[in-house]
Amino acid sequence: MCRFTVFPVRVKAEYMKIRQTHEAIAKKTFSFLELTQDRLKLAKENKHQEYITVCADLALSAATKADAVFQKEGVQAFVRNPILGIPLAIKDLILIRNIRNTCGSKLLDNYVAPYSASVIQQLEGAGAVFIGKTNLDEFGMGSSNENSPYGSVSIPGFPERVAGGSSGGSAAAVKSGSCDAALGTDTGGSIRLPSSFCGIVGIKPTYGRVSRYGQVAYASSLDQIGPMARTVEDAGLLLDLITGHDFKDSTSIPMPPTRCAAASALMTEWSKIRLGVPEEYFKSGLHPDVEKPIRQALTWAEKQGAKLVPVQLPHSEYGVAVYYLIAVSEASSNLARFDSVRYGQRKVLAEDVRDLSTFYEINRSQLGEEVKKRILLGTFALSAGYSEAYFKRACQVRRKIKEDFDRVFNTVDFIVGPVSSTVAFKKGEKTQDPLQMYLNDIFTVPANLAGLPAMSLPCGQDSNGLSVGLQLIGPAFSEEFMVSLAAGFEKGIEGVR
Amino acid sequence: MKAPKSQQVRRLEAVIGLEVHVQLSTASKIFCSCPARLPATVSVSEIEANSHVCPICTGHPGTLPVLNRKVVEFAIQAGLATQCAINPKSLLARKNYFYPDLPKGYQISQYDEPMCRNGVLGIQLPNGEEKRVRIHRIHIEEDAGKSIHYSGFSVLNLNRAGVPLVEIVSEPDMASPAEAGAYLRELHSVVTFLGISDGNMEEGNFRCDANVSVREPGAELGTRVEIKNVNSFKFIEKAIEFEVLRQSEVLRSGGTVIQETRSFDSFRGTTVPMRSKEEAEDYRYFPDPDLIPIYVDGDWIEELKKRLPELPQQRRGRYVATYGLSAYDAGLLTSSREIAEFYDQVMEVLKKSTVDAELTQSAKTAANWVCGEVLRMLNETGQTLQTSKLTPHHLAELVRLLQLQQISSTGAKQIFGKVWETGKSVSEVIQGEGLVQISDPAVLKPIIDKIIAAFPGQVAEYRSGKDKLIGFFVGQVMKETQGKANPTLVNEWVRQALSSG
Repeated sequence: MCRFTVFPVRVKAEYMKIRQTHEAIAKKTFSFLELTQDRLKLAKENKHQEYITVCADLALSAATKADAVFQKEGVQAFVRNPILGIPLAIKDLILIRNIRNTCGSKLLDNYVAPYSASVIQQLEGAGAVFIGKTNLDEFGMGSSNENSPYGSVSIPGFPERVAGGSSGGSAAAVKSGSCDAALGTDTGGSIRLPSSFCGIVGIKPTYGRVSRYGQVAYASSLDQIGPMARTVEDAGLLLDLITGHDFKDSTSIPMPPTRCAAASALMTEWSKIRLGVPEEYFKSGLHPDVEKPIRQALTWAEKQGAKLVPVQLPHSEYGVAVYYLIAVSEASSNLARFDSVRYGQRKVLAEDVRDLSTFYEINRSQLGEEVKKRILLGTFALSAGYSEAYFKRACQVRRKIKEDFDRVFNTVDFIVGPVSSTVAFKKGEKTQDPLQMYLNDIFTVPANLAGLPAMSLPCGQDSNGLSVGLQLIGPAFSEEFMVSLAAGFEKGIEGVR
Repeated sequence: MKAPKSQQVRRLEAVIGLEVHVQLSTASKIFCSCPARLPATVSVSEIEANSHVCPICTGHPGTLPVLNRKVVEFAIQAGLATQCAINPKSLLARKNYFYPDLPKGYQISQYDEPMCRNGVLGIQLPNGEEKRVRIHRIHIEEDAGKSIHYSGFSVLNLNRAGVPLVEIVSEPDMASPAEAGAYLRELHSVVTFLGISDGNMEEGNFRCDANVSVREPGAELGTRVEIKNVNSFKFIEKAIEFEVLRQSEVLRSGGTVIQETRSFDSFRGTTVPMRSKEEAEDYRYFPDPDLIPIYVDGDWIEELKKRLPELPQQRRGRYVATYGLSAYDAGLLTSSREIAEFYDQVMEVLKKSTVDAELTQSAKTAANWVCGEVLRMLNETGQTLQTSKLTPHHLAELVRLLQLQQISSTGAKQIFGKVWETGKSVSEVIQGEGLVQISDPAVLKPIIDKIIAAFPGQVAEYRSGKDKLIGFFVGQVMKETQGKANPTLVNEWVRQALSSG
């Protein structure tokens, strides 16, 4: 994975932590501008189709500013500002002012954001550099990143394999080294699944911990922005900068930002940790290539002194059904604004059609097949006469799923299991079988439905070198504890490897 | 369709319920900080289109609503003023439908759990009777933008998008267009007295949908028809009247009333079909996941109760009880908050300068002036009491001088005209115009003698028993003095002169 750049100092991208990057800057090994130029070069190559838009001008000017801050303040700048000058990639569903925002949809191919999302404002204030907007399944609807008109993202090193979805572009960008960390969004596993497939760390925070203001909504009650990075520490560091109360989001929780970066440096007291192992996550559908490294990690943790507790999440089996009812219902309403009146480019003009319905029909036909399917399903699930049986019923079962977790967290600290039942599959392998595709989310949707924090961290590889992800699910607001536990696993798993 | 003629149709019993949309006069919009209210001197048409907008009220992708606390307070006050139960936990819901002036493709409103329920509004019918109309619910919602249609194209103005509304839904308790009109007028006074809306009907800030059905007396409820968006008291009464007769005729001739939505054609005075039940939209309501429930606790309600102003019904009661005004005058005075407050201010001034025994008389005189000259001038000039030069002190002074008989009522009208025009004090005008009443016998008696001498024929007729001719002599004296003579004294002295001669 070595590359040569034209720059006087070769910036080693792949496995440098954010903290190490700052050390290199401090030693003047390279400047922020050189770092950003290096990342931009890779981003523009777009070898894995991970970018939709590269924002070079914005990135270069931010990098120049970061250099100036460092010149003025020295290493103190990094203490105050742990993300200063660090190149980030942003899922193309999170708005950056004056930058095109497509949501992975041809309908929004020319939509330029008039404002920045709250998380972007926070990161911009902290001096971060935005390299570009990453590819995704259209509006976040998909598990393989094959539902994107901007190309199907592949895992760096595995051009025939899907990077996972919907934040596949962000995962591949982090893996490839065209950025140092990224933001994704997770509605039913969209951060964790691609993180697992690409072998990186991804966190879905507790619902309400990160402001959703400026994130284009797919399913508002499930969506959450989260960090994706190469190490637990980096992911934690990025999470610390995007959490905190935001008055612009009524569902934002009035709590101070997390302190996960600090937590990641703590020694894990394994003997005090009780890990719940849900039976339902280790049933027959789980591929042996995935089960083996997960079991190894569990055995390793047990050896360190952790207590493994078998737990039951009986309503989890309804998770996918409940998720696909609630998510599509909310989506059918959230996406109504893309009617080509104000949002969405026009395939036909109003004056060229007979009536308004024809105008809507033709213009909205620009939406992708999966998106159309979900809007139709959601419209049906909310319709008079069906809403009771589908949407409302799903909301009731959602509460049952949450109760399962509440009960389990009375006896264990975290739930540990796989992110996905298989490693990354081949492109096209599941596109003809939507049910198989939806089942990719079976282990990830419960955390969204219950609003709980969850993360994926690399847990070895199968015989082909494809990554396996270990999933941690914790009680609400347990991000710091979860990150410190994940850091413990990270060390152990590195050691095992 | 032809308007049915009322005399040909035996009208059936009408059952009417009203849904009123009231635009709230909060400073900012319901879910963002854009201005919602315009300064009193500016009309909507003067505001540049799409200048009061932001990414939130134009529904830009990624934006989220944050509820304006003031909207909740206004809705609670509307609920308290109509004796509603305030819901301790209410929900905001999405009403989904496509229309170009609805930027998000859904309207944030309330469905299952509205803010207020089960209230009652006491109304006064034209015959003076009181009636109680039950309020079904009051909920809050955002307004849509405005579509303006030209031939071949349409344009959008989103200044109104996100402006807060309350929808006040009555039970079907009204039985005639007049009752519906009385209910609307009362509700209009309530919201304007509360100060939660300017109630401007021309600009659509107080608009009404009516649900109308007819039945044989005592029979089950008939099929109802909804009449949409009527924005004047007169039109709503006309629209309902037409609809009651139309439905009566349909049933009389053996037909059935179709459940549908109709619109009022104010030009023809008829209602015309808009859409049938089959075409009715399925709004797919569901709780808005971007917003949290609204919790209202007892303390908040108590605090808002304390801030409730005196409402029209209470005010009317006070005017009748303490000033002895007629129900009709009390009703006129409370037709708007501005008028009622002006009247109260006039009475405050008068209380200081009038002995209690004469206060009732002053109150009646003041009421006559406010309901008469003041309202007439406001109507004629198109001004408001805010913009006019007239002050409560002006009117109080005028009433006091009338009471003391220092000016005649003819003189008072002249003085009022000058005061209205110039804003000068009453005494200044009187001095400037020489309008003081003449009560001096040394001035008046010679004039009376002169008139008697000038009309010997009339004098003879009077003396032969034609008493009514007294008015003729008084009139001549008044003419001679340019209306400045004190008519009571003239009357007395003319009688004396005629009988003594």
